[in-house]
Amino acid sequence: MWQYEKRLEYPVNIKQTDPKTAQYILSQYGGPDGEINASLRYLSQRYSIPYREVAGLLTDIATEEIAHFEMIATIVHQLTRDLTPEEIKASNFGPYYIDHTLAVWPQAAGGVPQNACEFQSKGDPITDLMEDMAAEQKARTTYDNILRVVKDPDVVDPIRFLRAREVVHFQRFGEALRMVQEHLDSKNFYACNPAFDKSCGCK
Amino acid sequence: MNNMPMNQSQLLDWINQVSFVAYDTALYLDTHPYDEEALSFYNHYRTLRLKAVKMYEEKYGPLTLDGADTDGHWSWGSMRNPWEGGNC
Repeated sequence: MWQYEKRLEYPVNIKQTDPKTAQYILSQYGGPDGEINASLRYLSQRYSIPYREVAGLLTDIATEEIAHFEMIATIVHQLTRDLTPEEIKASNFGPYYIDHTLAVWPQAAGGVPQNACEFQSKGDPITDLMEDMAAEQKARTTYDNILRVVKDPDVVDPIRFLRAREVVHFQRFGEALRMVQEHLDSKNFYACNPAFDKSCGCK
Repeated sequence: MNNMPMNQSQLLDWINQVSFVAYDTALYLDTHPYDEEALSFYNHYRTLRLKAVKMYEEKYGPLTLDGADTDGHWSWGSMRNPWEGGNC
């Protein structure tokens, strides 16, 4: 069960609209390495992980990803609210506006809709945690790409916060992977799948 | 809630019941924010919920991070997960 807190994890207060920047940042809302895919990935993987500490970490990080999903939506909203038809026509935001007006909708920067094909829930703790570490790095790279082309300090500040969280999550997933490996045969971690093979799991 | 002591499963059942009533009433209040009867109904169940959650966390461990035990050991991560079944 979840309960909503009516606050952002980190504040977002953008004064200047910018539809081009909004379209870049929208990718972290519904793109391949976006925040909702991160959350869905960890929320889906946690059921088959046979170690409570690791399932607990997946739950807590997935919960923070929903908070990041909300921060990204807030950035996109504040970058696009009050846009005029002239401003939309002068930008590349027109096609998005035709389909969604100024609503927030999960898509990648290039227009591809949010898609579960962009993550896995594989049912093997080592495989899943390796994917999770890669996912955090992919999101970190996306934020680095954003930071190279976006210069408004009101946008840069929360994006830097989100980038730092990717690094922290990567670190925690690395530790979770070590915790899984400590349950397994150190001579061959891949001899069996502790989420499926009943005889698996002794050192 | 009667005054009979409840075991973990019974207390969690009770939390589920009063929490659902409070939550369902909150949805009603979102669209009827001045309904005085609903306001006091919500307040009654919220109080029952907060009391039951406090009792549960003291006896059986944290339900949320706010109730996480920091007395020498972080028990939050190793708590039973709700999808494991058994209602406790």
